[in-house]
Amino acid sequence: MQHYGILIDTTLCIGCYACEDACAEHWGFPKTDVHELSATKNTTVLTEGDTYVPRMCMHCAVPTCASVCPVGALKKTDDGPVTYDVSKCIGCRYCMQACPFDVPKYQWNSANPKVSKCDMCRDRIAAGKKPACVEACPADARVFGTLDELKKIAESRFAQNPGNYYPQIYGIKEAGGTSVLYLSSKPFVELGLKGNLPDHPLPSLTWAVMSKIPNYVFWGGTLLGGIYWITNRRKEVREFEAKLEQMEHNNPSRRIPNHEQEN
Amino acid sequence: MTSFLRISLEKIRRMTFWTIVFWIIMALGLTATAIRFTQGLGAATHLSDKFPWGLWIGFDVLCGVGLAAGGFVVAATVYIFNLDYYKPILRPAVLTAFLGYLLVMIALFFDLGRPWQFWHPMIMWNPHSVMFEVFWCVIFYTTVLALEFSPLVFERFKLEKPQKALHAIIVPLVILGVILSSLHQSSLGSLYLIVPEKVYPLWYSANLPYLFFLTAIAVGPAMVTIESFLSSRAFKREIELPILAKLGKVTAVALSVYLVLKIEDVVNDHLWPYVFTFNLEGILYWAEILLGVIVPIILLTYKKTNRSAQGLFYSALFVVLGFILNRMNLSITSIEHYAGVNYFPSWMEISITLMIVAAGFAGFRMAVKYLPVFPEKKETEKPLNKPFDVVEFIGDKHEHATVLN
Ligand code: SF4
Ligand code: SF4
Repeated sequence: MQHYGILIDTTLCIGCYACEDACAEHWGFPKTDVHELSATKNTTVLTEGDTYVPRMCMHCAVPTCASVCPVGALKKTDDGPVTYDVSKCIGCRYCMQACPFDVPKYQWNSANPKVSKCDMCRDRIAAGKKPACVEACPADARVFGTLDELKKIAESRFAQNPGNYYPQIYGIKEAGGTSVLYLSSKPFVELGLKGNLPDHPLPSLTWAVMSKIPNYVFWGGTLLGGIYWITNRRKEVREFEAKLEQMEHNNPSRRIPNHEQEN
Repeated sequence: MTSFLRISLEKIRRMTFWTIVFWIIMALGLTATAIRFTQGLGAATHLSDKFPWGLWIGFDVLCGVGLAAGGFVVAATVYIFNLDYYKPILRPAVLTAFLGYLLVMIALFFDLGRPWQFWHPMIMWNPHSVMFEVFWCVIFYTTVLALEFSPLVFERFKLEKPQKALHAIIVPLVILGVILSSLHQSSLGSLYLIVPEKVYPLWYSANLPYLFFLTAIAVGPAMVTIESFLSSRAFKREIELPILAKLGKVTAVALSVYLVLKIEDVVNDHLWPYVFTFNLEGILYWAEILLGVIVPIILLTYKKTNRSAQGLFYSALFVVLGFILNRMNLSITSIEHYAGVNYFPSWMEISITLMIVAAGFAGFRMAVKYLPVFPEKKETEKPLNKPFDVVEFIGDKHEHATVLN
């Protein structure tokens, strides 16, 4: 299976918001001038200093959102997009809390709310088309392709225009890698992209604990059972001795053999 | 005679005061409920895309589950460690835990965006999700608690058969309960393991699950203490002072281990600059550690305070408040800092929380009134009302039966 992704070249983005509008059209959302991700905006263009920074779901290789979702409503598909299935969602919003890029948004003012995020126009990809935002971009700032293709394109842009670029691709290692990659003329933190993410996928932090649970249940159960067995035995012995003493006290002439006691 | 009259008048006045408060809370809570379920979470809460978890998760769920930890701590002590000495507090502890978990589930119904699908984790599995594990543990453990609690009902209605059946399985049941509790008490902390760059450094730790577990062990007995103290006043019972003193030791030990782990975090994760930055986070951190951990450890080890009812009550109060502060700091203060927002719950969030808590108090009162929660009650007061008489009689008979066996 091909792993698709999107390369975002912030050095080329001209801030025309054509991608925002195309995205809104694709999802049936209103077109607005509020440039931030929301339940009705799955991609946007932020302004960081003198640079326009298109933002959207990063479609992580090992998505934190999919890992935390208790019902598996979020899924990494084989071809790259991370998708959301509202029919499963219970609305716990753990995905929003956990996503390292703060992507999933919520329909707060609905009694039947959905989580909202980009799905890389999965239906368009299936139909052999590019995602709506990529198709709309007049400046070549968004490129669609397989991850291998995108990396090659990035390298060739570095080679053609070395002075233009900060020589790294954001998304190669961040949080274990993402399917949306960024190019920039300056360090990525200056574009508001997080610089403090580990190189390994974040779900491994929880899995380190979760994977121990079966063992814990087994050994914990055994240990507690053992403790019960010992303390119970002690209690029985104590009670037995007390009874014995009592009997001897009541009837000092007659010593009772042990086996009679046990009956 | 006149003084007697005055006292009862005073009593009536206080009764009606609390009844009125109760109904005001209920009225506000129900109004908020209607708004929550017709217009969505946005209309009822101050939650937002930047701040998706608020009071209901931070207080109702994270604190609620922890404060109900007395149930498994005392059940383990009595059944697994066979310390019959603690039996008098077993039933109130199990009752509180059972009510507590029911309330947590009710709170979740308010918080989940799509509560009608709450059962989905039963058939749609994701074993990588901490939330999934918490869900299963809470469902199972509430069932276990219902069973641990059921003898009171059986006893009340003299149902001997189920009582015997339950007696036969109680030990495995309690073991299961302890395992489930230790799992989800710690997992509530694991929920935050996955957001290392969002939680304020003073509250993030690779040890979060252990920290949560230890604080649950500390706060469970503290809640039992507070409850014994208050109910001994309200229901005119004698307080189980020697037992509570021993429970205080459990709390002191758990808190000491916790303190060591917290210090270890500071050293290993190089948190000194954060510890000595007295911004809002720093101050709240110190408040939590000093008032919620160090002060109670001192009170509980100091001879004068660790065996008086007052001393135990106040140390327990510190533990509980410190515990609540800790959970709120992790879930609210530290995420506020990350998201750069100020979150304060709306009146609707607050009144729904109050409504749930009030329902808990009412449930506890009802249970104590109609079920043998305090069977070993000493008669220190004037003739009792009916339900208590029945209860005592059945209680005695049961004692008898077990002795005969
Ligand atoms: S960016 Fe966030 S929402 Fe998108 S795949 Fe990664 S974790 Fe999920
Ligand atoms: S809000 Fe829905 S999609 Fe997000 S984690 Fe919860 S159940 Fe999964």
